[in-house]
Amino acid sequence: MEISRKGEALEISDLDPFLAELLRQIPGSTNFDGESEAEARLFTQPSNEKEICAEWKSYVEPELRRLFRSATETVADDLAQLNGNEKSFRSRTLAIPFEHADAWLNALNQARLVITAKYKFSDEELSDHDRSPIGSRRDLGLFQVNFYGFIQEFILREMQGD
Amino acid sequence: MRIEMEIERGSTSTVEAPAQETETRDEDELDIPWQVIVHNDPVNLMTYVTMVFQRVFGYPREKAERHMLEVHHKGRSVLWCGVRERAEFYVQQLHGHLLLATLEKVV
Repeated sequence: MEISRKGEALEISDLDPFLAELLRQIPGSTNFDGESEAEARLFTQPSNEKEICAEWKSYVEPELRRLFRSATETVADDLAQLNGNEKSFRSRTLAIPFEHADAWLNALNQARLVITAKYKFSDEELSDHDRSPIGSRRDLGLFQVNFYGFIQEFILREMQGD
Repeated sequence: MRIEMEIERGSTSTVEAPAQETETRDEDELDIPWQVIVHNDPVNLMTYVTMVFQRVFGYPREKAERHMLEVHHKGRSVLWCGVRERAEFYVQQLHGHLLLATLEKVV
């Protein structure tokens, strides 16, 4: 897999089918239905004061939900480039328009937070980047968190012109 | 309380008196500053947190990094202090970037 800046887009090329599938799973991974801890992590309490929390739930939380949904939809639209020939072993290329970088950072973060809450990864597990191989759905979840973090790092580096 | 009111055609109509807020906050309470605090979170990347601080508060990179490292090493950092409305705005922005942030009265 290679990642580079191509004009006004970030290009991920030589994507093997496994990594392409992981990218395709970003929007689905932000879904916290039935995962109360994951939902609680995405919509955290803003204060210890009840009055502030009540106002927050009524006025701010709906805005945050819209923001997160919009970011996920943008990413899902970009990922449509990977649709078709799912069973082919041919490598793929994904171009992320630079103007969608914020949406990608947001959706990747949502996915990482939801997966982490879902599998209750410990701090030690999250900082163990050499862990391998993938032997369970939980291991795959940890790999996803690290892989999505890697993509985030690349987008951030390009945004800051480093 | 009801108020009788004359209307154009000479008849009368009854309208509700405007509601009056009875809850007051004294000046001292309104003057209490609030602080915006960001708490440690093992998932958010350090580079991401730094970028968010730069973007939300307009801090230069060095200052944003100092706060990020304080969050990382001490578990929390006070990012800003001032009036409540502004503190709420900042916390909303930070939540929009999925950071763990709260506002607290300065004690």
